Amino acid sequence: MNRRGWLAGAAASLSSLWLAGCDKIAEDPNVVKALASAEGLNRGVQRLLGRGAMAREFTRADISPAFRANGSIDPPDEDYKALVAANFAGWTLVVDGLVERPLALSLDQVRALPRRTQITRHDCVEGWSCIGEWSGARMGPLMAMAGLRPEAKYIVLHCADTLGDAKYYETLDRVDVDHPQTILAYEMNGAPLTVAHGAPLRLRAERYLGYKQAKYVMRLEAVDRFDHIGGGQGGYWEDQGYDRYGGI
Amino acid sequence: MTADIASKPIRVLVRRHSLLVRLTHWVNALSLCLLLFSGLQIFNAHPALYWGQQSDFAHPWLAMGAYEAGGQLHGATQIGPVTFDTTGFLGASKQGTALVQRGFPSWLTIPSTRFLALGRRWHFFFAWLFALNGALYIASGVLGGHLRRDLAPTVEQLKPRHVLHEIWDHMRLRFPKGEEARRYNVLQKGAYLGVVALLLPLMILTGMTMSPSLDADFPWLLDLFGGRQSARSIHFITANLIVLFFFVHIVMVVLSGTWNNVRSMITGRYAIRLRPPEPAPEANLLGDAP
Repeated sequence: MNRRGWLAGAAASLSSLWLAGCDKIAEDPNVVKALASAEGLNRGVQRLLGRGAMAREFTRADISPAFRANGSIDPPDEDYKALVAANFAGWTLVVDGLVERPLALSLDQVRALPRRTQITRHDCVEGWSCIGEWSGARMGPLMAMAGLRPEAKYIVLHCADTLGDAKYYETLDRVDVDHPQTILAYEMNGAPLTVAHGAPLRLRAERYLGYKQAKYVMRLEAVDRFDHIGGGQGGYWEDQGYDRYGGI
Repeated sequence: MTADIASKPIRVLVRRHSLLVRLTHWVNALSLCLLLFSGLQIFNAHPALYWGQQSDFAHPWLAMGAYEAGGQLHGATQIGPVTFDTTGFLGASKQGTALVQRGFPSWLTIPSTRFLALGRRWHFFFAWLFALNGALYIASGVLGGHLRRDLAPTVEQLKPRHVLHEIWDHMRLRFPKGEEARRYNVLQKGAYLGVVALLLPLMILTGMTMSPSLDADFPWLLDLFGGRQSARSIHFITANLIVLFFFVHIVMVVLSGTWNNVRSMITGRYAIRLRPPEPAPEANLLGDAP
C-alpha cells in the first residue's frame, strides 16, 4: 500500500471511529433522557405564553394545490379495506374510557355534531408546510356529550391503520380538547376526506405538528395514563423517539 | 545601545475578557456546534427550502437530491435555476461503504445515521442552553457596560478614513500590537456586534417560528419573516452566515496570534507590546549615563 493510500485509510478509519464515538454518546439512553428534559420546558413555556391562542387561519386563495399526504396513505388493514369498499357504511366512532356516557356514533351522527371549518397551515415534522381547509366536529362538545370524568387526563385516538408493524395511535392532552380548533375532520377542501388524507375521520389540532394529526380515527378513549398503550410513549411516532408535545 | 534596549517594546499582560464573557463564549461555541450538526440532521428530513407560507414542492429555491445514472448514484444540489453535481458531499454521500441519498453527509449530522427524532432532541436541548446563555451575556453586557464600552464603535472609529485604513491594514495582515490593541478595532467590533446583535437573535427568532404553537401565540413574528417556509429558509441562511463567521474568526485568531488570543479567552489575559517613552535627545549625548 502506498503512503497516500495508507493515509487515506487511516483518515477513513479515524473518522469512522470518531463518528461511532459520537453516535455512542448521541444515542446513549441516559444522554437522550437528559436531552428530553427540554421537551417539558418547550411544553411548559408554550402553555404559559399561549393560553389557548388560535392558530392563524387563511383564505381559500391560500389553499395548497397539492397537499402532501404522508405516513399511511393507503392502509393495508383488511378491516379498513372492507370499510372503504362499503363506503364507510357501518363505520362507527367509539367514545369510551373515563367518560360518563360511552358513545358509538355513525358518520351521519358525527356530521350532525357542532361543526367548524378552518383553513390552516399543516407543518410536518420533516419541515414542509401545506395549507388546507378542514371541516369537522368540534371535539369539545363531543367530549361534553360523552361526559369526561374528572380523572381523565388524555384522549387516546385509536386509528385503523397499521404503519410499519404497529397500529397508529396518538394522545391529546385534556387542555387541548376544548380548544375551538381541535376538530375531528370529515371534509378537506370542501369534499369528504380521501383515503390518503385519513377517511373517514381525522384529527386536526392546529397548534401541533403533522404527526399529532391522527388519520383513520376509530375510537376516542379517555384515560388517566397511557403507559400500557402501544409502546407506552403516547403515540406511534412517540414510540419511535419523537416528543409527545409536538408543538415545535 | 541603551537607547536600543530602552525602546524595545515591553510585553504587558492586560485583562481582556471578564469571566462571564469567557464562560458564555465557550458555552456558546459548544451549543452552536451541536445546534449546527443536529440542525443539519433536521434539514436532511426534507432537504429543500422554499419562500412563502407553504411548500411549493415543484419550486424549491434550494434542494438536494439524488438520481441514478450509469448504475451509480449521483448527488445533485439545485440553487435557484442552477444544478451542481455534488456527489459524495451533498445529495448523495457515503454511509459506510455505499453511496446513499441524503442531504448533508453523515459526518456533519448528529447522529451520523438518519434519525430525525434524536436530532430534534439534541437540537431543542442545546437551543435552550444557547438561548439562556445568550440572554445572560446580553443582560450582563448591557448592565455591566461591556457592549457599550467594548463593542460599540467610537465616533472616531466610524470615520470612513479610519474604516478604510483598518481594511487596508487587515488586508496586509497588520494587526495593532501596542496601545491600540487594548481595544477591539472597528472591523472586530462590527463583526462581533453583527453576530451578537443580529445573527444569533435571528437564529432564535426564526427557530421559534418553526413551532406551530408559538406561531399561534406570536403570529406577527411569522409575518415579519414572510411565512413559515421563508422563516425556515432564513434560519438556514443565517446558520450558514454563522459558519462563515466561524471560519473568518478562526483564521483571524490564528493570524493575529493563536496562543495570545486563545489564552485571553481562557485566562482572560492578553499580551500587548508597549514601547516605553522615547528617551530625551540629550540622553543620547550623555553616552552611557542613565
